[in-house]
Amino acid sequence: MKFLTTNFVRCAIKSCDGAVNSFPLKYSEIELVQEEQDFQPEFILGILPRLDWPAILKVAADLGNTSLPSQLPEIDINDPSNEILLKDLHTLLIETQLVQGKMICENCNHVYHIKDSIPNFLLPPHLAN
Amino acid sequence: MAKWYLVYLAQSHPGFRKAELESIADLLDIEASFESHDMDHPFMTVLLEDDEQAMKLAQRSIFVRGVYELWGEGSDLDSLHADVKSKSSHYWPDYMTCSFKFDLVGYQGKRNRKDQVQLFESFAYLAFEGPIKMKQPDQIFTILEEYHVVGREPAATPDRMWLGRQVALGQREFKLLENYHLKNRSYTSTTSFEAELSLITCNIAQAAPGKLLYDPFTGTGSFLVAAAYFGALCFGSDIDIRVLRGKDSKSIKTNFKQYGKGYLLGDVLTMDFTHDAFRKSLRMDTIVCDPPYGIREGVKVCGAKNEDRFVGKESVLVDGQLAHTRRDYIQPKKPYELDALLDDLLQFASERLPVGGRLCFWMPTENDAQQESRIPQHHNLELRYNLVQSFDKWARRLLCYVKRDDDYVGTTLTKDQRTVKNNFRVRYFQGFNKQPST
Ligand SMILES: C[S@@+](CC[C@H](N)C(=O)[O-])C[C@H]1O[C@@H](n2cnc3c(N)ncnc32)[C@H](O)[C@@H]1O
Ligand SMILES: [Zn+2]
Repeated sequence: MKFLTTNFVRCAIKSCDGAVNSFPLKYSEIELVQEEQDFQPEFILGILPRLDWPAILKVAADLGNTSLPSQLPEIDINDPSNEILLKDLHTLLIETQLVQGKMICENCNHVYHIKDSIPNFLLPPHLAN
Repeated sequence: MAKWYLVYLAQSHPGFRKAELESIADLLDIEASFESHDMDHPFMTVLLEDDEQAMKLAQRSIFVRGVYELWGEGSDLDSLHADVKSKSSHYWPDYMTCSFKFDLVGYQGKRNRKDQVQLFESFAYLAFEGPIKMKQPDQIFTILEEYHVVGREPAATPDRMWLGRQVALGQREFKLLENYHLKNRSYTSTTSFEAELSLITCNIAQAAPGKLLYDPFTGTGSFLVAAAYFGALCFGSDIDIRVLRGKDSKSIKTNFKQYGKGYLLGDVLTMDFTHDAFRKSLRMDTIVCDPPYGIREGVKVCGAKNEDRFVGKESVLVDGQLAHTRRDYIQPKKPYELDALLDDLLQFASERLPVGGRLCFWMPTENDAQQESRIPQHHNLELRYNLVQSFDKWARRLLCYVKRDDDYVGTTLTKDQRTVKNNFRVRYFQGFNKQPST
């Protein structure tokens, strides 16, 4: 599971729908791996508008990274000094893999697992029916 | 000023061609009308702004074999020459000194060497002075011919002939379909969707760089790989963890790597589509899938078929941990109605797509007249295309819907309103003989 995806998923239980603290999930006991990927600045730039930045900060903090800017800076692709920032975002969003660990809903406390890099959102019967 | 081009199309799935070309033109802002498209013929003439637009179309289309600046057409060689002389002489001066060659493309027919040379020489009045180069000439002038078939042999003479200056060839002329063919792909299974129609589906869905595409029933990821070919960021989910995990260290991920698109695979998630985990505010630009029609297995969702048997299980502890929160817990599945799943899919698409975004999915049906009443509809989704691929006893349809804004009031046809249910599985095993039970 890419770090990026933590920004897209929330608790799958219907009664948590709309609850503020069902997103982002809390990431705990996470095993991380860096996996190299082609750096495509335009591609990273295209992803940025989709991000919920406060959720990025929160999950990064869960994983021990507190060095991110509190606001996502404006990025101009033609400005070479932005290359470093885009590269950092690439490393964080695309290359950082969550391989094992738990994802916990802070609204209902349900625990989901990441198994061999694949997050599992299947629900037990009493939460699905 | 716009000019005429001849477009040479593959005849593989002619019923899908116009939709593909229109979708590409819409996506890439190519101004063109494809109204003259005729399923029975591989050649069509199209008015396009310039060579650049023609190239864009050829580069992106799966059907396009070639695009040519049209210099003339006729029902035989004499009328072709007459047309070339009267319509294209203004093009000639630009090509007086460049290197060039002539080429011949015959649809359902060909000419022997001697005939070809004679044919090429009959255009000597163009009086090009540049060198003839067989390899990488500056320009290729192509004579295209369409023959009809008599019995099993091509007719002696073509029905129609064209002369054009080659502007671009399509990617299928460069082994695209071979590269993406399932037999050449690292990870596939019986559910994998054939490459050509996967690519066409993603063209109709307008997958493109900067867009996020989601396949809720990913399986082996056939549509994701096709969407990544067009540059989309891909997300998928499936209720079956095994299919996502892959086998013998082959998986969707190794497929993406094989095609050099690793960075475009967002993630594949184990998830029941009816209990999805994507935050509501995440924009999904396009949704593409082949839902579970249950030819091999029925539709399944999370839950207990027999709820009584699960009463109290939510508080069972194993080693002091709630059993259902343990890593090795296996979530039970229960059957679900296909029609309900299709309604869920349309509802989901109407909530997550941006206005103008597309939902494309495949739906198997049999070849009968009651089809239309079985096609789900949602009031915020306009059914843009309903394309059929026919097999012997059954057919499947590619349905393409476009999300409209709140002012749009379209048709609604939910499962309770559909007169005939899509119990495809039952009908498949009955050999489609009986009328369905509703
Ligand atoms: C027809 S297959 C799709 C195959 C896919 N296009 C491929 O390339 O392999 C349907 C898939 O839907 C999955 N499925 C069935 N019920 C589901 C559900 N409720 N939620 C998510 N996926 C489901 C099945 O496991 C199966 O892999
Ligand atoms: Zn929850």
